Amino acid sequence: MKMLLNLLMLLGLCSAWAAGVGFQVFDHPNDDGSGIDLKWEYAGADIYSIQIERKTGNEDFQVIATVDSGKNSFLDTNNISAGEIYDYRISILDADGQSLAQEVGRAIAKAQWFNTDKISLLIMAIILSGAIIFYIASARSGKDLYIRRISGLDSMEEAVGRATEMGKPILFVPGIMDLDDMQTIAGLTILGKLAQRTAEYDTKLLVPVSRSMVLSAARETVKESYMKAGRPDSYLPDSVFYLTDDQFGFVAGVDGIIIREKPAAIFLMGAFYAESLILAETGFTSGAIQTAGTAMPSQLPFFVAACDYTLIGEELFAASAYLSKDPHQLGSLKGQDVGKALFVIVLAVGIILEIAGVHFLKDFLIAH
Amino acid sequence: MKRRIPLLIAFFVGILVIVAEFIPHKPFGTLTGGLEDWFMIIAGFAIILGQMNLIKVHVLKIKHKLPNWQYFIVTIVSFAVMVIFGLFWGTEDNAGILGAGTSLVQSIGSKPFDYMFNNVYQHLSASMFSLLAFFIASAAYRAFIGRTTESNLLLIAAVLVMLGRTSLGSFLTGWLPDALSFLHLPNLAEFIMKYPNTAGQRAIMICAGLGIIGSSLRIILGIERSYLGGE
Amino acid sequence: MKMSPENTRRTLFTLILIGVALPLIFKLGLPIESSENVQMVYDLVNGQPEGSHILLSFDYDPASKPELHPMAYAVARNALERKYKIVCTALWPMGASLCADTFKRLKEEMPGIEDGVDYVNLGFKAGGIVTIQKMGSDIRDVYPADMSGTPIGELPIMDGIRNLTDFAFVYSFSAGAPGIKEWVMVAHDKNKVITTGGATAVSAPAILPYINEQKQLHGLLGGLKAAAEYEKLSGHIDIATSGMDAQSIAHLIIILFIAVGNIQYHLIRKRKRGE
Repeated sequence: MKMLLNLLMLLGLCSAWAAGVGFQVFDHPNDDGSGIDLKWEYAGADIYSIQIERKTGNEDFQVIATVDSGKNSFLDTNNISAGEIYDYRISILDADGQSLAQEVGRAIAKAQWFNTDKISLLIMAIILSGAIIFYIASARSGKDLYIRRISGLDSMEEAVGRATEMGKPILFVPGIMDLDDMQTIAGLTILGKLAQRTAEYDTKLLVPVSRSMVLSAARETVKESYMKAGRPDSYLPDSVFYLTDDQFGFVAGVDGIIIREKPAAIFLMGAFYAESLILAETGFTSGAIQTAGTAMPSQLPFFVAACDYTLIGEELFAASAYLSKDPHQLGSLKGQDVGKALFVIVLAVGIILEIAGVHFLKDFLIAH
Repeated sequence: MKRRIPLLIAFFVGILVIVAEFIPHKPFGTLTGGLEDWFMIIAGFAIILGQMNLIKVHVLKIKHKLPNWQYFIVTIVSFAVMVIFGLFWGTEDNAGILGAGTSLVQSIGSKPFDYMFNNVYQHLSASMFSLLAFFIASAAYRAFIGRTTESNLLLIAAVLVMLGRTSLGSFLTGWLPDALSFLHLPNLAEFIMKYPNTAGQRAIMICAGLGIIGSSLRIILGIERSYLGGE
Repeated sequence: MKMSPENTRRTLFTLILIGVALPLIFKLGLPIESSENVQMVYDLVNGQPEGSHILLSFDYDPASKPELHPMAYAVARNALERKYKIVCTALWPMGASLCADTFKRLKEEMPGIEDGVDYVNLGFKAGGIVTIQKMGSDIRDVYPADMSGTPIGELPIMDGIRNLTDFAFVYSFSAGAPGIKEWVMVAHDKNKVITTGGATAVSAPAILPYINEQKQLHGLLGGLKAAAEYEKLSGHIDIATSGMDAQSIAHLIIILFIAVGNIQYHLIRKRKRGE
């Protein structure tokens, strides 16, 4: 009988169920076998707390948790190993600690090879990545791809020219986040292109950063750009420098640089928070030509108000492709556009279905 | 070779992280957490790099008496003071080299590091943030000029939200009868924030998300190499 | 008479300074009414059974203190009155001391509350979203002891608390990243724990999309106004309410300046047309 029960549990067909407390024990779905779910249904005015005990094999039951009376589920993730069988005992306790009801249940922890909650995400990822890779391949075959003008990026030449004429530096801030933020990487790709121009025109470039990892990455980027422009001798390692990790300490430092150095052009490209307007307004009062780019929706209005040009959201990520005009990169942008069209269609269909009271598309798309 | 190895690392790690998102089974399920731990460890060590750079750049500026070199002395001294205070007497919960600094705590109320933190750093930081209030005022003054139909709409929305998000909104239109409650300024501001604003924010977030996916794929596939200094 | 841009800025800044400072000294007592998102948070905080465990995360630093600290007082005070057990964490290094400051003041108001029994400050942990993920599986792994070094097993408040699912809800006082978004992604989306929070007014619009049908975020306190609304709902008029007078006057000054700017612009345009 026990073997049959174990077999049924292995097949995921049964866990345990007891009538009194409605106690169910089952493997936590879509995990690496490190969780067991417990559920119970017990209603009573006297209930004060619920005590949960666990044992494996021939051990005695050990209390693993006591939860509030309002709860009706518990996820046990404490030292659960995939493939092990676990026995649970649940006790409904009153205020004096007396047991009102008690039930036992058993489950086996299992690791899953695919997270079924993420099917919709996988489908979307495949379609989107497929479209991007398809257009990259078609660009490789020589197909001409159109990209609309992004005036914020066209301004780069103007900014470098102006700085060269005025004999003033260019200030570039790659945001305040670390290298694990895509916006910082997008900022560094733009820095690479800008550094090439400043190398060609022999214009001074200042890059204050607020993260140590960004410091080394930005230095490498600028150095490579100067080498590519054939001006390795003009590269100054200290043109890229670290100020502080502290948000407003960094702002104070950069504002000081803007006021003292009076740069001819300022580029704010990356992830910004509350400091966005403080930087942009200081830049505005200094008379610099300002270009900003961020994917932080709440900071965009500030940049639009205070800067000459603003790259909005995806434009920041498209900058590298736009500036290099590399067909492979442009192909990926085209793929993104297909993805966008797809999202618009799905959104429109979803809205119509929801209005009609059909919820399957919404339910399917909810990724957990 | 110098560039190929980083590109290969980016490719393999990128693919692994994507795969791990869909496979909870070991070793994939724990992979992302492990990589994140690596990142934190490297970032921890990189902090030393940042501090060294800060000292080097500022000391050189003082040494060569570059313009405004006096300011850089302030930075170096502030840095040194906080490091010394933290190292010698520790912070609120940690003892320093010279112990817990009990006598100092009795005389100034807290450890020197905490004293500086609470009485200097906190106020300087809040002062920088408060500049935002002034800058928002000057930026709004310049930006909200009704030049075109669109800018007129922006201007009207801005004024409604500014009034509705403060007590003034309740004060000015609190007398409206229930039938006209939709014209009550806090309700109008709530409507603008909840619908047109959220719709716009979502559109920007979705497009930025697509941009991130596109950029990530370009990096994983080695098409985008600018971050390594290449084309 | 036309003012130079520099003088216009100076005038504007001076008026803002006066407009903010005076109402802080002389209270105006302008009316405050609650909005839907604040009501949602209030109902959530007041809708749990006595003795429920809640998690408050102090994800801000002194720079955002004027906006988020009044919220922290209001919410924590309300939760203590409801006799909840409050577990505090911080994803920002300075958050831990701001949490300590909040409870220091609340302890003066409510001498009966006890550290380790009614509330506990677990302190700061680096790692942002990774830390939350780990708390989703086992909070004791992330916090083996509280701020004062007491092992977590010796804290009565932590009895029965293993991971995020043991909390009635999670509340993040958030000034940026890591903050509310990360809590939504892990605590709500992954661990299915009710998540709510408070944010600075400037970052609130970007968080509003998470208040949706799926209730990724259960209401939001956005900025000082929301804190004042919460104070009014909970019946404890405090620093947020007095701050609202100052904010209202500052908004009024900005609106007046916008009006002046527009009049000036249209007069110049009219003159140019005439020429």
